[in-house]
Amino acid sequence: MAEIKKITTPLSLSDVCSLRAGDEVAISGVLLTGRDQAHKRLCDLIAAGEELPVDLEGQVIYFVGPTPASEGRAIGSAGPTTSSRMDAFSDALVERGLKGMIGKGYRCDNVRQSLVKFRAVHFATIGGAGALLSKHIVKSEIIAFADLGTEAIRRLEVVDFPAIVAYDCHGGSVYGNAITNY
Amino acid sequence: MRQIEYQDIVTTVQQLCIECCYELPADVFAAIEHAAASETNDRAAGILQQLMENAQTAKQDHIPLCQDTGLTVAFVEQGARATITPPPENPDATITDAINKAVEQAYDIGKLRKSVVAEPLNERKNTGTNTPAIIHHTIVPGEKISISIMTKGGGCENKSQFKMFNPTEDKQTIMDWIVEVVKQAGANACPPFIVGVGIGGDFEQCCLISKKALLRNIDIPNNAPYYAQMEYDLLAAINALNIGPQGLGGDTTALAVKVETAPCHIASLPVAVNIECHSHRHKSAVI
Repeated sequence: MAEIKKITTPLSLSDVCSLRAGDEVAISGVLLTGRDQAHKRLCDLIAAGEELPVDLEGQVIYFVGPTPASEGRAIGSAGPTTSSRMDAFSDALVERGLKGMIGKGYRCDNVRQSLVKFRAVHFATIGGAGALLSKHIVKSEIIAFADLGTEAIRRLEVVDFPAIVAYDCHGGSVYGNAITNY
Repeated sequence: MRQIEYQDIVTTVQQLCIECCYELPADVFAAIEHAAASETNDRAAGILQQLMENAQTAKQDHIPLCQDTGLTVAFVEQGARATITPPPENPDATITDAINKAVEQAYDIGKLRKSVVAEPLNERKNTGTNTPAIIHHTIVPGEKISISIMTKGGGCENKSQFKMFNPTEDKQTIMDWIVEVVKQAGANACPPFIVGVGIGGDFEQCCLISKKALLRNIDIPNNAPYYAQMEYDLLAAINALNIGPQGLGGDTTALAVKVETAPCHIASLPVAVNIECHSHRHKSAVI
């Protein structure tokens, strides 16, 4: 198996450009979390011309709604949710400087084109491995939309968080010819 | 008549919900282990190893297997000679109340994610309790109550499908459609799957048996040789898709296919496919 690339967030343009679909990575630094409702709110704010509660420049959003943390732990189970549900929202966020996303499964053609146009990358991590993945998260705090509970935007600190480059900024895809626009 | 205490139902269901979310059933774990050993794609074998590691971590460190601890589905078979003694403070309380109380307690005590919204389209406000559970209740002979709990994730449930075929349709066409449903689920629904198939019944019964099919032990085929063969052939066709664990390629797209059937109308041939992810969390108890 190929070597695992270590990368640190926030991602620079050269970080993004160096990644190719199929690369295995270990991510350290800060991740933001967001899933359906947080995405909708961010895009509503953008559409209304209002300020966002988080700066997206160079950031990576992890599509996750964790279980509550047990005593002494940073977070509960924390695996990825299905990426395609964020398809309608990701273009606008990538345009605002978001450089990476982590989820599971396919992205639509529009998002893939935005990744190329605005130089960003989409990672996949293992769906249903939330117990294992939680061990790479050392800190978690809610930073926006607290009323959304598990769907709130969190700031996570991660160490060697494992992922695979699913779609790169050169148009490459790890899923090969899979039909992705279902 | 046999009297069963309301609190016994609450305690049992509460325990089932929590154990469900922390411990992968032995037959599912063994199926993943077996698939990992025979997988010819290195990356796929590696992912299957990590799923086994995840299951071990969840059990040892007491962290839910998956952050999506599901909508709680309860299949209840109540013996006709079993009745429930309600608590003295609420003489109208039913088995439905007992199950919902158990779910509420389990999701609090077990630190499970509450993933239920009260209303689907307008406000989508979280109920904060993971209730109401989806409860399927049937009366059976005897004096016992059997309860199976399934904590069903949203990602795989979203990829389930239903279709009405003409009653003259051939077996191959139906099998092709089932394989196509799995293909469409692809990487999005956390393969390797357990695929529940319902054939027959009416609109709602067909969907119900496709989910109930998932409760069968992974190693046990359908009783009828015709449908056992269909399960075998479907599994082979699905695993030839090369979707693989997490959609990244490999021989292991599904761990099992379970077909359940029901009598149906002369005009109808309904087919439902319930997609279940590898984190196939279910557990049963008999009271």
